[in-house]
Amino acid sequence: MEWKNKADVVVIGGGIIGTATAYNLAKFGRKDVVVLEKGAVCSGSTGRCGAGIRAQWGTEMNCRLGLACLDIFEQLDDELGLPTGLNQGGYLLVAYTEKEFENLKKGMALQNGLGVKSRVVSLSEAREICPALDASDAVGFTYHARDGHADPFLTTFAYLEAAKRLGVAYFKHTEATGVTVKGDKAVGVDTTRGHIDADVVINCAGPYAQYIAKLGGIDIPNWGERHEALITEPVDPGVCPPMLMSFSGNYYIQQRPHGSIICGVSPAGHPQDFKLRGTWQFITHMSGVLKKMLPSVKDIRVVRHWSGLYDMTPDGSPIIGETDVKNFYHSTGYSGHGFMLGPIAGRILAQHLTGGNPDIDFSKLDYRRFARGELIIEPNIT
Amino acid sequence: MSDKDNDIIVCRCEEITLGEIREWIDRGYGSAGEIKRALRAGMGPCQGRGCQDIIMREISRRLNIPLDQVEAGSVRPPVKPIKIGLLADRGE
Repeated sequence: MEWKNKADVVVIGGGIIGTATAYNLAKFGRKDVVVLEKGAVCSGSTGRCGAGIRAQWGTEMNCRLGLACLDIFEQLDDELGLPTGLNQGGYLLVAYTEKEFENLKKGMALQNGLGVKSRVVSLSEAREICPALDASDAVGFTYHARDGHADPFLTTFAYLEAAKRLGVAYFKHTEATGVTVKGDKAVGVDTTRGHIDADVVINCAGPYAQYIAKLGGIDIPNWGERHEALITEPVDPGVCPPMLMSFSGNYYIQQRPHGSIICGVSPAGHPQDFKLRGTWQFITHMSGVLKKMLPSVKDIRVVRHWSGLYDMTPDGSPIIGETDVKNFYHSTGYSGHGFMLGPIAGRILAQHLTGGNPDIDFSKLDYRRFARGELIIEPNIT
Repeated sequence: MSDKDNDIIVCRCEEITLGEIREWIDRGYGSAGEIKRALRAGMGPCQGRGCQDIIMREISRRLNIPLDQVEAGSVRPPVKPIKIGLLADRGE
């Protein structure tokens, strides 16, 4: 595609956040939108994620975003014209201590008050939801039937194809190397393919967002944190229909509609080394967790394992909004949940940038909250 | 090759046809990694051993770029599928 030296909006980062933002900008009327992606499509965090989608959160903001995002996902195939691989088998959260169960129930009360129909389920009902489950050491469970997972690849491609139909230009293998600031405004982006003038610049660079922010003279306290995941060969569906997750148990396990089981655990030491490799420690530990939780899977084979980066913030909540440099926006720091929040994140920022009223007021997600000490601490993350 | 080859199954693990691969190349996805992400071609038990070369040749032919400039997909561990039970016990 021929390089453009001028655009209305330049989006830095072509994962789920960047593509969903670009698509919504075009949909709501900003016609000259360019997306810059330093690798190939879905080569970053989106394509490496655990694919979960949920509204069972511990902060009001994330509950609102999560629930609104379920509404979007439920009609997204029709809206974008390509499948997103949505599979609503629910999220089954497992607590292993009374204290953790109390925390889950506290979260559930918050969720219920905001319209999320999560509920407590018994061990026998948990086994009906997840037939292969062995959680005899669990203290309690909560479940929300509308949660589940989708295909991060298909969803990103669907957003990108729909965005392209609306005139969005997507440049792959094109890295942002500078953000041009004149006076107090962002006016363009330098890239490995040349300069591009822009009226608005949006940083959707995920685990690299702190470096992009710095190019425009903005400091955000984000960091990339390496997590690993594995996938098994496909087996009969019904082994693990829900997303099975525990914060203290430190795991998530799900089965895609084609039969493969995908799972991950939070890494010891939370490495911040940007090394996108898999480790032997992970694959053996994870297999142990799988064998304990779903004993019948022991003869299923692991076919692939990989790592990806969570785009962390100090409170685990995202950063959305304009910075001290005018027209330089951020939509990042989803702390490992960018895929599940991407569709609503793209929509509300685009609504804001096209003069509309965002479905959800995101002013509290301003990055200056860290300096003010107004953290929105999300307890429900692994 | 002509369109009559579109029904040929290229990725046997995931049953992906040449026609499907051509459709995604024509949408502008010219690397083995992108075709893999869009179609699951190469994500099955053989990890692309059977299909990646064919996909890269088709990209080269269709986009008229030399084969050695077609981006290959990532090679990920384990080299061959291993049973969970075996990995779990080795980890203890």
